[in-house]
Amino acid sequence: MISSRNGRIAFRNARLIDPASGLDVRGGLLVENGRIADVGPRLFNDAEPGDPEVIDCRGLVLAPGLIDCRVFTGEPGAEHRESLESASAAAAAGGVTSIIVMPNTDPVIDEPSLVDFILRRAAATAKVRVLPCAALTKGLRGETMTEIGLLKEAGAIAFTDGDRSVASARVLRQAMAYAATFDALVICHAEDPELVKDASATEGEFATRLGLPAAPAIAEAMIVERDIRLVELTGARTHFAQISTRASLEVIAAAKARGLPVTCGVAAHHLTLNELDVGPYYTFRKVRPPLRSEADRTAMVEGVATGVIDVIVSSHEPQGADTKRQPYAAAAAGTVGLETLLPAALGLVHDGALDLSHLLATMTATPARIFGLGSGALTKGAPADLLLLDENEPFVVAEDKLNSRSRNTAFEGRKFSGRARVTFVGGVCVFDAR
Amino acid sequence: MTFESPAPILPSKHLLGIGGLSTTDITALLDLAETYVAQGRASDKKTALLKGRTLINLFFEASTRTQASFELAGKRLGADVMNMSVKTSSVSKGETLIDTATTLNAMRPDILVVRHQDAGAAELLSRKLDCSVINAGDGAHEHPTQALLDALTIRRHRGSLEGLTVAICGDVLHSRVARSNIRLLSLMGARVRLVAPRTLLPCQAEQFGVEIYTDMQQGLAGADIVMMLRLQLERMTGAFVPSSREYFRFYGLDREKLGYAKPGALVMHPGPMNRGVEIASDVADDVHVSLISEQVEMGVAIRMAILDALARKMP
Repeated sequence: MISSRNGRIAFRNARLIDPASGLDVRGGLLVENGRIADVGPRLFNDAEPGDPEVIDCRGLVLAPGLIDCRVFTGEPGAEHRESLESASAAAAAGGVTSIIVMPNTDPVIDEPSLVDFILRRAAATAKVRVLPCAALTKGLRGETMTEIGLLKEAGAIAFTDGDRSVASARVLRQAMAYAATFDALVICHAEDPELVKDASATEGEFATRLGLPAAPAIAEAMIVERDIRLVELTGARTHFAQISTRASLEVIAAAKARGLPVTCGVAAHHLTLNELDVGPYYTFRKVRPPLRSEADRTAMVEGVATGVIDVIVSSHEPQGADTKRQPYAAAAAGTVGLETLLPAALGLVHDGALDLSHLLATMTATPARIFGLGSGALTKGAPADLLLLDENEPFVVAEDKLNSRSRNTAFEGRKFSGRARVTFVGGVCVFDAR
Repeated sequence: MTFESPAPILPSKHLLGIGGLSTTDITALLDLAETYVAQGRASDKKTALLKGRTLINLFFEASTRTQASFELAGKRLGADVMNMSVKTSSVSKGETLIDTATTLNAMRPDILVVRHQDAGAAELLSRKLDCSVINAGDGAHEHPTQALLDALTIRRHRGSLEGLTVAICGDVLHSRVARSNIRLLSLMGARVRLVAPRTLLPCQAEQFGVEIYTDMQQGLAGADIVMMLRLQLERMTGAFVPSSREYFRFYGLDREKLGYAKPGALVMHPGPMNRGVEIASDVADDVHVSLISEQVEMGVAIRMAILDALARKMP
C-alpha cells in the first residue's frame, strides 16, 4: 500500500483519461490534501520530483474512480450478507470509489435518523464513499411518501423504492410532484409488480423449455412508459435504475427527445449475459429484471454506445447460500457485482462498441452529473478519487477471491480483460494490486 | 324608527361567491361593514334591521366560528336565527340536498346560510329556494364571506388592497378560502402569490393570474401580507405531505420564514389553526404581527353588512 508524506502524491507517466473534459493524454497528476492539485501532460514527465510520493503509472490509465449507482448492502439488518465495510472493500477492489446504496434494508431507510446512521457507519467503517438513497415511500410499501425534504437535508441523495416499482400511479404521481418541489432525484425500478409476480425468467422459448415461471419482457417497458407520463406531469427528475429491453430503450430515447428530465442505467450483466446463460438452472444468474434475449442484450450495448443509456451499474446484490442454494424459482434474485463491474464493462471497449473514455464516462462523469456529485472528474480541486487501470490485464472471476461477504457472482469462471490496479479515495490508497 | 330606503349594494339577492361581484360592490360592502365594526364595539350591539326575518344556518360540515359568526350577526340585526347541523351520508347527496331544500323552503325563511362539503351546493340551493342564500363554504370552490372579512381586515391596516403583495401559503389545492381570496384580492388590485409544495397546488393555478412558488423564502420575499391556510390532519400522513414535522420545517410559518417577508408584514389565518404545523405559536400569538383575532371580529361585522345588503333586495 502507498502511504503519502505530507499528503502529497505524484502520478507520473500515466495515460490520463478524464471523460468530463474529454482529456485523453499522457501526463501526470498531483494530489495534495486529498484533492487533485494539478493535472496535465507535462506534469512530472521529465524529472522525478523530490518531495511527494511518486507513483510511476507505466502508461496505464489513470481515471476518476468509478461511481456505482446501484448497490444493495445488508447493513442494517443482514450484515451476514454484506456490511458497508465489506461492500466498500469489494468496491475498492473493483476501482469503485463511490457507492450509491439502496434503502432496501431492515429497517428500511425511510427516516432521517437512518440516513444519518448509514453516513455515520460509513464514516467509521467504509473505505469508499457511501451515498445513501432513501425510500420514496414509507416502508417501501408504495402507499405513502416519505419525508423527502427532511431526508434530503439528512444526506439522502435520491429517492427510490430500490427493487420495487411503486404499483399505484396515484401514489407515484404525488411522490414525484412532492420530490419535484425539492428538486429531489427519483429513481424508478421498472417492472410491473403484478405481471412479474412469481416469475423468475423472461417469457420465451428458453423459459418454456426449462419450465420456469416467466413474465413477458414488456412488463418493464409498460412501467417505463407509465412513469415517463408522470414525469411529464410532475416535472420530477427521474432516473430509471436499470433497463434491459429494447422496448424500454426506445421509450426512454423518445422521452429524452421530448426534453424530459429522464436518465437511465443498465446493469453490467445485462450487457454481457443473456437468458441462455441461465443454463442448467444456474441460480447465481437469477437477477431482477431477469436476463433477456440476445436481441435485447445487443440493444443494451447499442444503447450505451448511442448515449441513450447514461450509466452502467453493478446492481450489486449480495445473497447468501441460504437464499441462492435453492431450486431456481425459489432462489433469491441478485448477483454481486462491485468487483466485476469494470472488467465486464471493458468488454464493450474490447468488442469495439465504444471507446474507453466514453465507457468510463458512464461510470464517472455521467453519474456525478445525474446525482450532483463533486467527484467523477480529473479537475483541479476535485476529490482525489482515482482509479489506475490496466485495460488488458487478464482477469478470471473466482468467487473465493472476492472481497464481498457474499459470493453469488453471475460471472464465476468468466475470463475478462482488464481490471483496477490501484484505487484512491480522497487521496488515500484503498486498494493496490501491484 | 323610520327607514329611508337604503341604496342597493349587491347585484343579486344571493351571495354565492366573489365571482360575480365588482370592485364597486366589494368597496360598498367593506364601507358598510365599517359601521358594523363600530356597532359591535358599542354597549348596545343590537338593531332591528332584520326584525321579523328568519335566518337559517344550514351546516352540512362542522363549523364553530363561521356558524357562530353568522348567528351573532343575525341576532345583532334582530333576526330570528335557527341552527341546523345536518349529518350526511356520502350516498345520494344531491337528492338529499334538494329534499332538504324543499322542506326548508316550506318553512319560509328569509335567509339561508349554507355550508356544504361539495362544490356548487349553495348554487344548487339558490335555484331551489325562494329566499336569499349565502354561501358559507362549498367544497373547494368558494368561501366569499371569509375573503370579504380578510379584505376588511387588511384594508383597516393598510388603507387599501391595491398594490399589496399577498402570499397565500399552504393547502391551496383543497382550499375554498384561497380561491375566494385569489378572486377578491386580484380584483382589488393586489398581487397574489401562492406558496405550497407541488402536491398542494391546484393544476393550472397560474391561470388565476397569480405567481406560484414552492419555496417559502422566495414566495414570502417582499410580501406585505402572509395568509396561512389550514392543513387538514388527514392530509399530513403521506398522501399530500409526508408528515406534519416535515410540513412545519418547510412550510410552517415561524419567525425565520416570516423574516423573509417585508418588514412589518402582517400574518393572517382563517382558523382553526394547527399550531406547530402551518404556524408557530409565537407568530400566531404575537399581537404586533398577527391579525388572527381581528379577523374573527371583522367576520361578524362583514356578515352583518352582507345581511343588511341582502335585506335591501328582499320584498
